[in-house]
Amino acid sequence: MRRAFTSLVGAVIEAWQELRVHRTRVLLSLIGVAVAVCSLTTVVALGGIVQQANEELSERQSGRPASLYVSAYSNDGAPVDSSTMDATWSETLARYDIDYGSRVMQTTQAVPFTTGVVQVQTQAVDQPYGEMHRVRLSEGAWFGPDDDDLLAPTLVVNQIFWERLGSPDLKTHPTVELGAQGGSPGTTAVIVGVYPVASYETEPAMFMLVDHLAAMKAASSTVAVEDPYAGSTQYEMWVPPAISDQLMEIVKRDFSSALATPGGGTGGIQVDVYRQDYAQYGDDPFLVTKLVVGGIAVLVLLLGALGLVNIALVTVKQRVREIGIRRSFGATAGRVFFAVMMESVVATIAAGAVGVIAAILIVQNPFTMDLVGQGLVSDFPPFPAEAALLGLLAATVVGALAGLLPALVAVRVKVIDAIRY
Amino acid sequence: MSLLELRDVTRTVIPPDQPALTILNGVDLTVEPGDRISIVGRSGSGKSTLLNLLGLLDMPTSGLLTFDDRPVKSYSGAARDRVRGAQIGFVFQQFNLLPGRTALENVAMPLLYAEGKAFWRRKKLAAEMLDEVGLGNRMDSMPDRLSGGEQQRVAIARSLVRGPRLILADEPTGALDLDTGSSVMQLIDDVATRTGAALVTITHDPAIASRARDHFRLDRGVLTRVDEVELATASEALS
Repeated sequence: MRRAFTSLVGAVIEAWQELRVHRTRVLLSLIGVAVAVCSLTTVVALGGIVQQANEELSERQSGRPASLYVSAYSNDGAPVDSSTMDATWSETLARYDIDYGSRVMQTTQAVPFTTGVVQVQTQAVDQPYGEMHRVRLSEGAWFGPDDDDLLAPTLVVNQIFWERLGSPDLKTHPTVELGAQGGSPGTTAVIVGVYPVASYETEPAMFMLVDHLAAMKAASSTVAVEDPYAGSTQYEMWVPPAISDQLMEIVKRDFSSALATPGGGTGGIQVDVYRQDYAQYGDDPFLVTKLVVGGIAVLVLLLGALGLVNIALVTVKQRVREIGIRRSFGATAGRVFFAVMMESVVATIAAGAVGVIAAILIVQNPFTMDLVGQGLVSDFPPFPAEAALLGLLAATVVGALAGLLPALVAVRVKVIDAIRY
Repeated sequence: MSLLELRDVTRTVIPPDQPALTILNGVDLTVEPGDRISIVGRSGSGKSTLLNLLGLLDMPTSGLLTFDDRPVKSYSGAARDRVRGAQIGFVFQQFNLLPGRTALENVAMPLLYAEGKAFWRRKKLAAEMLDEVGLGNRMDSMPDRLSGGEQQRVAIARSLVRGPRLILADEPTGALDLDTGSSVMQLIDDVATRTGAALVTITHDPAIASRARDHFRLDRGVLTRVDEVELATASEALS
């Protein structure tokens, strides 16, 4: 045991001395490995960010896993009673203790800007929607739980909307008039938050609470009735994926029975409960992305390893005399093999560490984040530890593989021949 | 009890597509602790092969080779390496210091293959040994900054740092001028005497060979004991 320990320490010391003495050669040979590990780690880490961006984009559009959507329609095309739907929705959320549920309505609101009145795309939602769809804000805050009770509607507007108003300080509670037409006054709404836009978005848009929209409808019949873009209400809940299938059946049953006619039948009303989040498409919807990214990374690493093996083989042939000297002073064949291997491994681990640090610097700087995230990522993942570990592991494996051939050559050295000639 | 013994040792090699070639033939040699032995021989007489066997770097084709009265064949390869590291010190003609390492690191190198205190205190032991060979002030010098004589003294310190019981000197003065060679041999003799180590010198220099008490001549693989007069004749023939 003691011998094994001193052998290990001795081999590491030998390897380190060898690296120190031949630092220029080692440095040159390891540039390839460092670059390869840096590429591998960067690609894996960027892959993680791209995946996060994809996930967030999907979650913004279709909700987080598992998001259940409830809809009802009558077979004869008659509208479904919205008050019954709303009541059933509220009962369902309360009955199953679901915290994250939101109604979603698409509509437009006339908003006067300095350039004229614009019909602004509006999503009327409930307060939990922000968390459910990862709505991130650049200014202000999302709707509060008690905003429904406010007399004036609150708005969360997009960056374009905000800039058209002259980017007012939200602490001053800036307001806009909604639905002002002709000489008739509209409803004064307060802007409480601003969300950033993707680079491809060009029009103002906003969120408001469903209850506020309903109150505005009640106050003025012109608001929704005349809105040609107003859609029906969607009902959406965010639930644990593990119970989503079971919940879908239960919610469907509850809604069907609530919408049933007094006679007992459903009166031709069809209730659908379905998932739309990205996770419904399988265990890992980003598998292809991962495989492509991983394949490129492995290829890069193999090229680095090939260069290292090449240089290591040439080097060990130049070191035959030194190996002979060490053998004559008691180095066993195993020790020589291990030391040459260790030399390669120690060097590549050092190169790997440099590569990983470079990768962290590349990935975690704001320029890269902007480039990769495209303004879509709100929760930028920290540099993935698995990418760093993978980089170091890959460096170690490459070092061991690259050291194997030279080590085999080293143990075959004929000692006295190596020393005398 | 002999330190090293060769009894009727032969070493044969089979070159590709050629008949077997006998390099050493019926060699008998006994090395006792404290012995001073010189072996002279021409190039191609089998000196390297004999050095391989004496240093436990090779095995005889036939005959008996023992170390501490134990047949070397009974040692495993790694055990043989460990015995060599602990019990045998080599001094080479070309010094064979490791380039890029200081004198201290060169002398400490064999202790990397030792165990226990010798391993952990290798720098201190190496420094003491360098002091002993008069190079206490050159510990941090690289080999290419040392004279030939200094390099050989570093090599001697390296071969002795583990306290070997057998020193194998292969043309130890071959790369040195006469005076330096003489002082280096004196140093090896002194250290060997002080530590009680046996010294086997392979040389073709009669002056160096004559320092030994027992003289042998190797000719076409046959080792023959010679006296002082025969040694002088043999050396003349070699030179």
